[in-house]
Amino acid sequence: MNDHVTATRSIRRRLIVRLLASAAILAVILFLVVQSFGRQLGQESQDNILAASVTSVLDAVTVQDGALNVDIPYSAFSMLGNISDDRVFYRIEQNQAYLTGYEDLPFAEGLTTESQPAFATEQYLGEDIRLVTASRKLSLNNQPVVVRATIAQTRNGQKQTLRQISQTVLFLGIGFFAIAMVLTFYAAQSTIGPLRRLAASVSRRGPQDLRPVESPVPSEMVPLVRSLNQFIGRLKKSLSQSEEFIAEAAHRVRTPLATVRMQAEVTLRRVERDENREALREMIRAIDESSRAAGQLLDHAMVTFRTDHLVVESFDFQVLVDELVTRLRPIAELKEIDLGWQMGKPALIKGDAILIQNAVRKLIDNAIKYSPTESSIKLTLSQGRSGISLQLIDQGIGFPEKDFELLTDRFVRGSNAQDTIGSGLGLTIADDVANAHGGSLELKNNTEGVGACVTFYLPLR
Amino acid sequence: MRYLLFALALGMFPTLGFSFEVDNRRIFSAQTESQVLKVISTADLDLFAGVIEAFQSQNPSVSVDYFEVSSTELVKALVEDDAQFDLAVSSAMDLQTKLANDGMALPFRSEFTAQLPEWAHWQDLVFAFTQEPAALVFSARDFDRQSVPRTRQDLIAFMRSHPMQFKNRVGTYDIRSSGLGYLFATQDARTSETYWRLAEVMGNMNAQLYCCSGKMIEDVGSGKLAFAYNVLGSYAAAQTNNQDDIIIVEPSDFTTLMLRSALIPKNAKQPQLAGLFIDHLLSFSLEASKAGDFPFPTLQRDVLEQETALRPIRLGPGLMVYLDRLKRKNFLKAWENAILQKQ
Repeated sequence: MNDHVTATRSIRRRLIVRLLASAAILAVILFLVVQSFGRQLGQESQDNILAASVTSVLDAVTVQDGALNVDIPYSAFSMLGNISDDRVFYRIEQNQAYLTGYEDLPFAEGLTTESQPAFATEQYLGEDIRLVTASRKLSLNNQPVVVRATIAQTRNGQKQTLRQISQTVLFLGIGFFAIAMVLTFYAAQSTIGPLRRLAASVSRRGPQDLRPVESPVPSEMVPLVRSLNQFIGRLKKSLSQSEEFIAEAAHRVRTPLATVRMQAEVTLRRVERDENREALREMIRAIDESSRAAGQLLDHAMVTFRTDHLVVESFDFQVLVDELVTRLRPIAELKEIDLGWQMGKPALIKGDAILIQNAVRKLIDNAIKYSPTESSIKLTLSQGRSGISLQLIDQGIGFPEKDFELLTDRFVRGSNAQDTIGSGLGLTIADDVANAHGGSLELKNNTEGVGACVTFYLPLR
Repeated sequence: MRYLLFALALGMFPTLGFSFEVDNRRIFSAQTESQVLKVISTADLDLFAGVIEAFQSQNPSVSVDYFEVSSTELVKALVEDDAQFDLAVSSAMDLQTKLANDGMALPFRSEFTAQLPEWAHWQDLVFAFTQEPAALVFSARDFDRQSVPRTRQDLIAFMRSHPMQFKNRVGTYDIRSSGLGYLFATQDARTSETYWRLAEVMGNMNAQLYCCSGKMIEDVGSGKLAFAYNVLGSYAAAQTNNQDDIIIVEPSDFTTLMLRSALIPKNAKQPQLAGLFIDHLLSFSLEASKAGDFPFPTLQRDVLEQETALRPIRLGPGLMVYLDRLKRKNFLKAWENAILQKQ
């Protein structure tokens, strides 16, 4: 059979790659959003303090003795120092003429009188500054005067806060991604889980197991499983049809063969010429072989049918073996073979008695068939904790070493068995029966001397 | 002495093209000179000499050229004259802050500066290394040690009840010329309205105005003054020869603490050496074993926490408010009204 299946990229890997990519994009977006939010927040808090400062300065503008007086409150500057260690600059103008402060300090454009303070970011003394400009109208000697105040602060504190925020957010993003990674692997694993379970349960099945898959599967897999089940059903049907056909064919062949054999024997008695007798004997031999093969095929069909529908009952395995030995002893005695068998303790077992009887009979038949005359076959029944083994040791030709694996396949016969009539189905039947009961058939050659050792094992369940 | 000292009178120097006034200058020569540290400072040379010598014992190859100037001359030297100095040490915290704020200082970091409490430095630019109270100094001839006034209110009441005793015998800074006097006065005024009442009463007594703490203490010691207001307690305590004649009181309503500070001017030629000297200055406060060798009171965090009357002036942009042209004009006008009684 061809085991090769063309594989494309695994679903799990695809899932992981896509989920990780989305997590990475989300992490980057998170980083950028929170960072820009932090920047905005930092800017706003600095602007708020600057606005408070400039307001308190403008509030301190008074008219005294016909002149403008600005008495800057101590808090106007100290409040700026409370937030950060930033440098502070200011300028106050009267009708756009310098009054006090830093004469060359820039101011924020776009200030409409009597409105909100205007903010700007500029360069001063080689540093970035954030500045606020606000104005206030006063009446001086009955003339309107506009006092404009600008307060500026370097942005080192804000930059440092931003750096801290960035760092925190970076860790947040990395943490987010790490968690997403763990969840991704978990999600991919659990998504792929039902597929793996299905694959495992199908590949775990024995060669005869053609039951439909019944365990529940995710809805996406239902069409696949349904098709699989239909496929299994068709396979099973076609298999059973061919088994039935073989059984039918064997049955139909066996009856005429018996008639032909009888006629051949009758004719043998009448014929006197030696070459004719020899030809008839050869004919009878061939008919026997065909008839035996047909019988075995029928047996095999029966076994196959019954293993699908096991009739489980409790019985004493020892009694079963004893009855078989009693029935087969006359055949053994024809070849002067001694069947060694001792009754021991009762061996109660659960299983299909007819199948097991058939299997054990095949094993004893085989042993007798491949044993030379005047030899012995020894049967031993031993009970272990988990099961019962029947061991058959003969002094026959044994098994060829290279064939152990193949001998239980249908119609395969040992390479040293060409001289004996056989169909190659006996061991197959015994093996199938053992497997159907969860047991096993073990074939080996005797370590001392000649002969085979066959162990038929059934578990106690 | 291991090294030569030059004590040179001001007149012997050519002014080198600078317009700022030098009160005192001394070159502390190293035996094997390799580097020169130029220090401009408001601290009394005699008090500071010990600190410099201690520095030289650790750095024997460094000569120190020490210029003693007033706080306003210090600013003039650095801003207007653009003179080259490696280190500026001043008691005028407001002026130091403004120098740093206006970009006249170089940043400096070290393991010592990292240990400074928040209030004892501003950015990496200005570093405080002393905490010196603005004290009342009384003449022992006029006051009994037990019954000396301990608050400003007591002092006002005392003066009012003994006007004849204090007429012309009250001393304080002329804040128009003394940067430290101005700093103390503005901080007092900011802290309590009592300051203005006190100034008024002192004005009534025809207060004598001084440029510096040293002269005031001298006059209190000699009995010329009955008391002096806002004198640097550290200077008074350092003048050991007249300890019996003066009584130093840190007012219990509130005592303003000045933090003497150092910064590295932006045109320093030896900023690293200056940093080394700043570490040296800070080490007296940060290493308990060295505190005894220091001529100034060291920084003491725990004392500030225990004694609520002590109010250290915080380094920071707030100090620049009183340096505003208009603000200063207003303040001086109010002060003149109170002290000089000019109407």
